[in-house]
Amino acid sequence: MALLEVRGLRKEFGDVVAVDGVDIKSEEGEFLVLLGPSGCGKTTLLRMIAGLEHPTDGQILLGGEDVTDLPPRARRIAMVFQSYALYPHMTVARNIAFPLKAQGVEPEKRDEKVKWAAELFGIEHLLNRRPRQLSGGERQRVALARAIVREPSVFLLDEPLSNLDAKLRAAARDDLLGFQRQIGITTVYVTHDQVEAMGMGDRIAVMEKGRVRQIGTPEEVYHHPADTFVAQFIGSPPMNLFQTKDHVFGFRPETFLPDGVAEQDDRVPFDFFVNRVEYLGSERYLYGHINGFEDTKVIAMLPATVRVPLEEQKMHKFTVASADLRFFDKETGLKIPPQPITS
Amino acid sequence: MTTRTAKTPRYWADSPRFLAGLFMSPTIIYIVALVGFPFVLAIIYSFTDITTGNPELEFVGLDTFRIVFNDPVFRRSLGNTFWFAVISNLLVVILATGLAELLTKDFRGKWLVRFLVLLPWVAPVSLATVTWLWTLDSVFSPIDWLLRQVGLIEGNMYWLGRPTLAFISVVAVQVWRIAPLAAVIVMAGMMAIPKDVHDAVEVDGAGPWRRLFEINIPLLAPIIAVAVLFGVILTMSDMSVIYVLTRGGPTNRTQVLPTWAFFKGIEGGALGQGAAVALFLFPVLVALTAIVLRLARRREVL
Repeated sequence: MALLEVRGLRKEFGDVVAVDGVDIKSEEGEFLVLLGPSGCGKTTLLRMIAGLEHPTDGQILLGGEDVTDLPPRARRIAMVFQSYALYPHMTVARNIAFPLKAQGVEPEKRDEKVKWAAELFGIEHLLNRRPRQLSGGERQRVALARAIVREPSVFLLDEPLSNLDAKLRAAARDDLLGFQRQIGITTVYVTHDQVEAMGMGDRIAVMEKGRVRQIGTPEEVYHHPADTFVAQFIGSPPMNLFQTKDHVFGFRPETFLPDGVAEQDDRVPFDFFVNRVEYLGSERYLYGHINGFEDTKVIAMLPATVRVPLEEQKMHKFTVASADLRFFDKETGLKIPPQPITS
Repeated sequence: MTTRTAKTPRYWADSPRFLAGLFMSPTIIYIVALVGFPFVLAIIYSFTDITTGNPELEFVGLDTFRIVFNDPVFRRSLGNTFWFAVISNLLVVILATGLAELLTKDFRGKWLVRFLVLLPWVAPVSLATVTWLWTLDSVFSPIDWLLRQVGLIEGNMYWLGRPTLAFISVVAVQVWRIAPLAAVIVMAGMMAIPKDVHDAVEVDGAGPWRRLFEINIPLLAPIIAVAVLFGVILTMSDMSVIYVLTRGGPTNRTQVLPTWAFFKGIEGGALGQGAAVALFLFPVLVALTAIVLRLARRREVL
């Protein structure tokens, strides 16, 4: 049985449809990432699961129980906010104890659990400080401890790493995933950063315009995108897509290699005009276009191990394994089985 | 090659220093003429026995202060000023917090409510107070009429004619007058609390009372302190409401220091004594301002 399930969830703000019929099931202990560009409805979806917004239509089930009409406190959820939303006038210890106090837990039990949560996140030495005396990373840990202290059944995180600087972020990502694995709590994580999504999610729900475009493991959404939106949203640089008169086809920049580099039987050849070469140390980016699709920009990404000299402003022979070609319907943009390439 | 640089303007009107002085001068002249000069004059007067009948500056040391403090009406006024300020600001804080809560909510006709809430503040004091004078009139008071219709009283209440009722009336009008300002200040403070914090309180499961006493009030305390500071200063230094409504009566029950200073110094002609009364509150208000601002800064936690 799914621990968390949303059915046909919809939210309108006046004339704006923020979430437009979303169905998701999440298993116990899963790390589910909601990924999408800003304004795609991922935060609204999370807030509805938390109970901070009431859906216009649809249902939310926690452990099989319909909680759609229950206030946040009656759901067994905890949430970490983008700004962490620590209570600035309380010490760290009182911040962490606050949800327990609100639940009416006795003082001795409270202290015990605050200690447990603080130890879990390695912040015992900060208990008497106030939030403004903490660094970004420390604040985040306090927010996590405050969320975890009542042992919720679902953990909701709204872009919790976006306030950290880039250097801290990688370490925080690793820490966060470590805690999640250790506690084994079902987690819904909202982000617009695909590196976070790919690196942390057991599964990723890719959202756009209030709808879930695809839900699957990082491998699935990367290698088998359900439509052209997912193909171009996931991956940096995005998938190269070409419009033919019958369909759309595409391939990932790293699958596009100079002829002779890859030894594989079934490869499809293209004539690649290289406009500009960008040398980035660990890889080279080649910008240009392929014969027959002069209006479509193409990016090839070659690892540093491929040392073939490639001159700018020249035509080169490139190939893609036919297994790496992806095909989409030209009207709906949805994935279709492999087709012969026409131009 | 150009010889013009920022430091050597071609015309004197281009000089930043000259322009800065020019643009500041109206304010400086205004403050010096209307605040600074009378203030210094009041300090000088308070050490003399000057009257309107004998406008000669004869320094008498602290004699004027001694005479003024020994007057029982002064002590009565001092007590009245204190209670007038404390009671009305206590009510203002409660009322303003409620109003601010209302003003931050979204509902139909919000603009009308906002307008009505702010109306007492934008209306000229004397005009508004004259309206209250009629509302509390000893014979034609509509409040009395209403109470008579309901059957609670017979005859009239004489709101401004009985000492305790007069004090209550004066407090009520003062509260009515300064609550909007406090409400707007508190509202600004409420809007400064991040929405995430409110959401976190909700997810953490706090009920309305816990939210009020453990989150909202502590977070609003610094801004409420500022609202109270304004309220106390406005109450302790203002004489218009009392002057129009009761003129300090009956039996000096509503006499406060500003009205007493006015009656002594201007109407009674004892300029030196009036100045001494008026100056009495100055150090008190300065100290109060310093304390409140310091507290507010220390409680500033965001």
